[in-house]
Amino acid sequence: MKALEIKNLKKSYGNGFVALKGIDLDVKQGDFFALLGANGAGKSTAIGIVSSLVNKTSGLVRVFGHDLDDEPEAVKRCIGLVPQEFNFNQFEKVFDIVISQAGYYGIPRKRAHERAEICLKQLDLWDKRNEASRELSGGMKRRLMIARALVHEPKLLILDEPTAGVDIEIRRSMWEFFKEINAAGTTIILTTHYLEEAESLCRHIAIINKGEVIENTNMKSLLENAVEEVFVLELDEPLSDLPVVDGCCITVIDETTWQVNVQKEVGVNHLFVSLDKLGIKVAGLRNQSNRLEQLFMKLLMKKRG
Amino acid sequence: MLKQHYLVALQTIAYKEVRRFVRIWVQTLLPSVITTSLYFLIFGTLIGSRIGQMNGYDYMEFIVPGLILMAVISNAYSNVVSSFYSSKFQLNIEEMLVAPIPPWVILLGYISGGVARGLMVGAFVTVVSLLFTNLTVAHPVMMIGVFLLTGVLFSAAGLINAVYAKSFDDISIVPTFVLTPLIYLGGVFYSIDLLPPFWQKVSLLNPVFYMIDVFRYSVLGQSDVPLLAGFSVIALFIVLLLGVSLRLLSKGIGIKN
Repeated sequence: MKALEIKNLKKSYGNGFVALKGIDLDVKQGDFFALLGANGAGKSTAIGIVSSLVNKTSGLVRVFGHDLDDEPEAVKRCIGLVPQEFNFNQFEKVFDIVISQAGYYGIPRKRAHERAEICLKQLDLWDKRNEASRELSGGMKRRLMIARALVHEPKLLILDEPTAGVDIEIRRSMWEFFKEINAAGTTIILTTHYLEEAESLCRHIAIINKGEVIENTNMKSLLENAVEEVFVLELDEPLSDLPVVDGCCITVIDETTWQVNVQKEVGVNHLFVSLDKLGIKVAGLRNQSNRLEQLFMKLLMKKRG
Repeated sequence: MLKQHYLVALQTIAYKEVRRFVRIWVQTLLPSVITTSLYFLIFGTLIGSRIGQMNGYDYMEFIVPGLILMAVISNAYSNVVSSFYSSKFQLNIEEMLVAPIPPWVILLGYISGGVARGLMVGAFVTVVSLLFTNLTVAHPVMMIGVFLLTGVLFSAAGLINAVYAKSFDDISIVPTFVLTPLIYLGGVFYSIDLLPPFWQKVSLLNPVFYMIDVFRYSVLGQSDVPLLAGFSVIALFIVLLLGVSLRLLSKGIGIKN
């Protein structure tokens, strides 16, 4: 069963701007799906249409077999949305926000209380339940929106940049949480600007550029297309002469730091063996950028000609 | 099964709306009570004693129904316009748009909040009026009915205003420049019999005049125009404004991209 099916989806705004030029997208049930694109590419518009916040111009949207035009309420019941911007009442208490959302989905008050407690505890917000939402930190506000989106137990969770502005520790714990609920059966669609996030979490990926899907594949095969990896080497001592290593392009960042582009078929081991032979000691190594980021940029550049 | 879901959603919206205006009661409930008390004191007691009678009633007795209804109208309107616009402004209207709630339930929820505030302030103002005059209600059922109908009507009007509003200025323009003049010129403080014939005819074009007149009938048992005309105007505007509100919500105008 497809969790989401989009066919020839178009969206034109009143000012003539065409946000979506007829995209096709399928997300399988149980998948963890990344939807990537630069700012203004159309991914938030696509998500807005699926979650009924934006009216489409034309095209078909089906969620777990329910057509958005014919069964909008059935579609809405299947979806939990974590939007990009904080969109709760800043003056309401955390608990009331989650309870109200349950009520909007028709969940009776007693059950709503139970669900709110479960979700707030899952997101580590139970202690904050009686605080006004404006008092929460940025990370807590993001978690509140996740708790709110999960209160009606959606089959499809849409995360629109859920970790934006969140520190690394909380981001990692949120990743673990997303993995857990995905493993428990919830289909997840993620948009993010942290490509490392998409690479770590998602099994399938679509890239939108200027209202068109320019890539739609599984993460593994996409990453196999990466031709090189970029490393930053910290040297033991300053070196002025750059060595020549087959399959590697070395550039100087400063006298003890080099950037090395390593061809994928060459591999990082070959680089270390070669440097060792030349008597060059490496004190540290880190990735300059992740593979997905390179591919993403490559695809965008290719599209722009 | 489905109806139960709608009922829960409706209760949730209505409860949230009531909780909102009760939480900020100093801004929502108190001002009308104080303002109307001042009207009772200045126009009713101090100036009214010099005016004498109006349509056979003490001036104080004459203005009480209009002032009560004025409080109902302005509170029902301002509750919905400010609450709905704030939801748009803070984006939390999206909480309802993503949920399986039909537009008529959202409309009914906001109207419930507006009517509740209108009724609550109306009740407070009625109690305060008892400090200034011996208010006897000629037709209590009709009085409550007109309370409810005008509450519904102006709640719907407030929602339409909020849908089109693009800034906080826009939610005060209509109350200041349209609603207040219509209320003040709608016979709250005078009988239209006092006006020259031309201005009497102009007054008959003011829908608020009919509402105040019908309400005054329910309290005093006396009206300027036939009751049927008054109720017809109220019914016409309720149908019109509810229809427009529902259409705006269904199309997502002003709230969806």
